[in-house]
Amino acid sequence: MRKPQPDGSAPPRPLVTAIPDHGRRIVAATCREARILGIQTGMTITKARAFAPELDVVDAEPEADLDGLRRLALWAGARYSPIVAPDPPDGLWLDITGCAAIFSSERALLKDLHRRVAAFGLSLQIAVADTAGCAHAAARHVPAGRPVTVEPGAHRKAIALLPVAALRLPSADVDGLRKLGFERIEQLIGSPRGPLAKRFGRELHRRLDQALGTLPEPIEPLFPEELPQARRGFMEPLATADALAQVIGDLAHDIAGQLTRAGTGARRLDCYFHRVDGQTQAIRIGTASPSRDPRHLAKLLAARIESVDPGLGIEAMTLVTALAERQQGSQADALENIGRRGPDLPALVDTLANRFGQRALRRAAPRPSAMPERSVAPLPALAPETGESWSEWPRPSRMLGRPEPVDVVALLPDDAPRLFIWRRKRYRVTQGDGPERLQGEWWREGGIEGETHLTVRDYYQVETETGGRYWLFRLGDGVNPATGSMRWFIHGAFA
Amino acid sequence: MLQSVVLEDIRAKIAQIEGVGARHDVIPFGIEDFDSRIPARGIATGALHELAGSPELADDASATIFLAGILARSDGPVFWCLRWRDLFAPALHLAGLHPDRLIHVEAGSDTNVLLAMEECLRHPGLAGVVGEVKKYSTTASKRLQLAAEASGVPAFIFRRACKAGEPAEGSAALTRWRITASPTEDLGIPAIGRARWRVALERARGGNPHNWIVEGCDATGRIALPAALVDRPAAQEDAQAAA
Repeated sequence: MRKPQPDGSAPPRPLVTAIPDHGRRIVAATCREARILGIQTGMTITKARAFAPELDVVDAEPEADLDGLRRLALWAGARYSPIVAPDPPDGLWLDITGCAAIFSSERALLKDLHRRVAAFGLSLQIAVADTAGCAHAAARHVPAGRPVTVEPGAHRKAIALLPVAALRLPSADVDGLRKLGFERIEQLIGSPRGPLAKRFGRELHRRLDQALGTLPEPIEPLFPEELPQARRGFMEPLATADALAQVIGDLAHDIAGQLTRAGTGARRLDCYFHRVDGQTQAIRIGTASPSRDPRHLAKLLAARIESVDPGLGIEAMTLVTALAERQQGSQADALENIGRRGPDLPALVDTLANRFGQRALRRAAPRPSAMPERSVAPLPALAPETGESWSEWPRPSRMLGRPEPVDVVALLPDDAPRLFIWRRKRYRVTQGDGPERLQGEWWREGGIEGETHLTVRDYYQVETETGGRYWLFRLGDGVNPATGSMRWFIHGAFA
Repeated sequence: MLQSVVLEDIRAKIAQIEGVGARHDVIPFGIEDFDSRIPARGIATGALHELAGSPELADDASATIFLAGILARSDGPVFWCLRWRDLFAPALHLAGLHPDRLIHVEAGSDTNVLLAMEECLRHPGLAGVVGEVKKYSTTASKRLQLAAEASGVPAFIFRRACKAGEPAEGSAALTRWRITASPTEDLGIPAIGRARWRVALERARGGNPHNWIVEGCDATGRIALPAALVDRPAAQEDAQAAA
């Protein structure tokens, strides 16, 4: 991912930042306009001015840039993944393993990330790959504009096609490799290692192995220092789930104390597992309402332990409150709860939401809509009670996702049907009630109204000879063909 | 006086050992003919109950409302774990189950539904936990029954599109119900009246199977015996008495 070049705002005058280098000034970063004109980083300012006489030059502030990068990393850490790290001068690492669930898919996560960072006024390039080295290379050497995703397992093929400059080597080494005829990384992969190592040192193959994934490259996560956190180091590395659960319980207890003193409750918690081999793994949990109950938080975390691979052992664990909110709490509340002995709904909802996703849990609330399939609005499970409900019109308890066409025999055009055939089965109707006329919402596009904008549905409740009750409707009012095709549909079943 | 207390105590202990006793509350149907034939005299909370409709959608719809009616007559939140998305909340409200009390859990598969149910059943104070599945194993039923017993929350397994003759796997459920739609009387006008169901208690631990024809739930979730059927046995008894 590429960090911000200080952008030249409204007037498209090329802009570069300059840093002193051996008594001259060279270009540190360029804007898009400057790049179009051929200005590259590392040029002297004098040369750059030859490309663009009207060039704006500002002094680079590496410390401020690094600070900005850190702030961006903390922002991304709170939103996307517990493991983020700045990669100076212009990159950001995000370990999104297992983080896509919150956004429903990896694509959605990348889209959200791209949109939000772009909205900050930064130009960026995102790449996702199995290894950090491959992602680093793809982000800087695949000029796609949109997020680049290297499919799982394809990183070897992808990295082979990239130029040797993509390997994070000193520029002198890159030039040296070019002189020897190495243009692309696949040539490096194929050639014997001994002579090359002698000429360029071990760094070359270390970077290559990191990109190929044969050498691990841990990302040391950036911890938000100011957030409540607790850490435990161990004399002997831990490897069993029971031991980890025990430590999680202790850490949750520490965190709960800090939260209580701060008067806040955790909405999101990250637990980092520092392995002996230098890798860091993390699990993240969320709560539906702020909580500082150590048992509840520990339980949510412990449910995720199975996703942690302890490797050779875990030597330290850190629990960080990634997101905290003010939590109202008082003694009176606690007493009332004891008196009522109601169920601990937030705890249950959190447990289920962490397993099935926040969206899988919902309550239903009425939505003012003429069409029955749109009359139910989803509400978060813990939303305050609305007290509202639907009108008393009879409605089926089982609704088909989409109305299905049925063949119907009716005696009179506006009578309830006498017979209908649904899913190749005949239903003889003994009694019927209707019509209940529902007018379509002509202002909407798509759906069943897509066919005609003046949709009218005449609903009939019918009872078959075995007593089953179904909800059928006829499209159209029978007079104006624009209101529907007069076809029959089944929409649900009554009790 | 003392003796009766001792007897009560022993009875409670025996019931506890047998597992049919009313250690937890019971949700009665409020119909003598119903309650007297169920050993627990109603739907025992803290136990697993199984119910089914049939492959006909209308029968599953009837079973849904029968269940909603039971839940409507208790207090507290209800968790309804779903595998399919055809449950329509407005109809449940018509049977007395207010949408504010009902939390849908879209679990997506049989295994996940059972997992979600077990998690819910660990929380005392819920009015009920419903799980819609196609199939479930004896082991799963035992786990649910134990969890329900511990928390005192009634659990309902709703077997969707379940054929009538289908040999049921052994289940730890306290009762097994099958609800199918039943034809109503012709009112003689183009309208349809209160629904009528055939409610079959197929299995009850410590009791006998029985069938009823009932009228569907009213706005408070109560079912009723049809007027004609209420009269009939009395009339027969009268006739017998006269003979």
